[in-house]
Amino acid sequence: MRINRRDFLKLAGIGGAVFVLGPHNLAGAATKGKSQGDFFFLQLSDTHWGFNDPKINPFATTTLKTAIAAVNSLETQPDFIIFTGDLTHTTDDAKERRKRMGEVRDIINELKVKNIKLMAGEHDAGLDNGEAYQEFFGKTHYTFDHKGVHFIVVDNVSDPTSSIGDPQLQWLSDTLKPLDKDSRIVVLTHRPLFNLYPQWDWWTRDGAKAIDLLTPYKNVTVFYGHIHQEHHHMTGQIPHHAAKGMMLPLPAPGSVPKRVPIAWDPAEPYKGLGYRSIEAKGEKEYSLTEFPIKKG
Amino acid sequence: MKPARNRVRLACILMLICISAIVANAYAEEQTEQVIKVTAKKFEYSPNEIRIKKGIPVVLEFTSLDRIHGFTIPDLDGMRATIEPGKVTRVRLVVPKAGTYDFHCDIFCGDGHEGMAGKIIVE
Ligand SMILES: [Cu+2]
Ligand SMILES: [Fe+2]
Repeated sequence: MRINRRDFLKLAGIGGAVFVLGPHNLAGAATKGKSQGDFFFLQLSDTHWGFNDPKINPFATTTLKTAIAAVNSLETQPDFIIFTGDLTHTTDDAKERRKRMGEVRDIINELKVKNIKLMAGEHDAGLDNGEAYQEFFGKTHYTFDHKGVHFIVVDNVSDPTSSIGDPQLQWLSDTLKPLDKDSRIVVLTHRPLFNLYPQWDWWTRDGAKAIDLLTPYKNVTVFYGHIHQEHHHMTGQIPHHAAKGMMLPLPAPGSVPKRVPIAWDPAEPYKGLGYRSIEAKGEKEYSLTEFPIKKG
Repeated sequence: MKPARNRVRLACILMLICISAIVANAYAEEQTEQVIKVTAKKFEYSPNEIRIKKGIPVVLEFTSLDRIHGFTIPDLDGMRATIEPGKVTRVRLVVPKAGTYDFHCDIFCGDGHEGMAGKIIVE
């Protein structure tokens, strides 16, 4: 299924972001209309390594590896890959938490692409304020630049109350200050910054403060995880795109009384799971392509 | 002639009556307000279905049996409380409108946190 770009823009009333939905040839998508500065990266999210419930995912120990094999077989490899949090499934056992982190790190190392950016989710960092995560993977909020795009990773999970916190908000403000108002900025978070569905804790308590800081900038796009499904939302001129998870699909916000994972359907294995490519095109466009776990 | 002093004395007496009335009132209120004890532990509240009457104040009295938990009702102005172990956390609630109000734990507490929830049924 492909939505014509102009139709989509009309439908969504969006100037900056283009979403192209449905799986197709990434190599084709990535090379088409390539001009200087164009590039693509992948967003993988919510791998929940250590999750164990065969009713939800009978292939819990191989799903990530299957996806990595599919990524490695892409004709054109992405410039980098970002994992938007919940690398591991949470555990009360601090030793087990570290074991899971070591294991997921080793699996991720199997990727051909060596430029890997990692982020924490509350499952990784919520029980120990990110201590184990930082031992393995370093800082939980940071920036990097890639071909003219400023990427800002915001941590809204190490604080178990779903908050960014004032010190980090100050850091965000300081990070943004030197940038031109039309700089190309991508913000990466685990939780939605906006109030998607606070009833299920799908929000960031002080996310509005971050959005306020970002709003003067004309060219900001947010990619996040946490909700284990595709979701697109605008706050002002800022698009927010949630990615699918890679272990357990979750229901649409408020669609069922309880926020419990969707059961595995043998007729449609890996349904609801996947990852996406994000192609940065021209001045400010992003083309999103959703991929299933398994190729073909 | 001491009308001024008399007036002061009268004012004082009146004030005292007022204050004691307020104190008595508050005391009476505390006495009559319904208290509902709720325990929180990984990953449930007990009870997890609480029935109250609309417009009538109740006090939810939370204790945690294990670790720190949260309590929030997003549909009631996002009201929330932190439930710390070894402490009693009181939340006074007056809900003017009948309906079902979901609450959940808003402090990440482990594998099962997502299911730590309940509802307040206001009749
Ligand atoms: Cu999460
Ligand atoms: Fe997750």
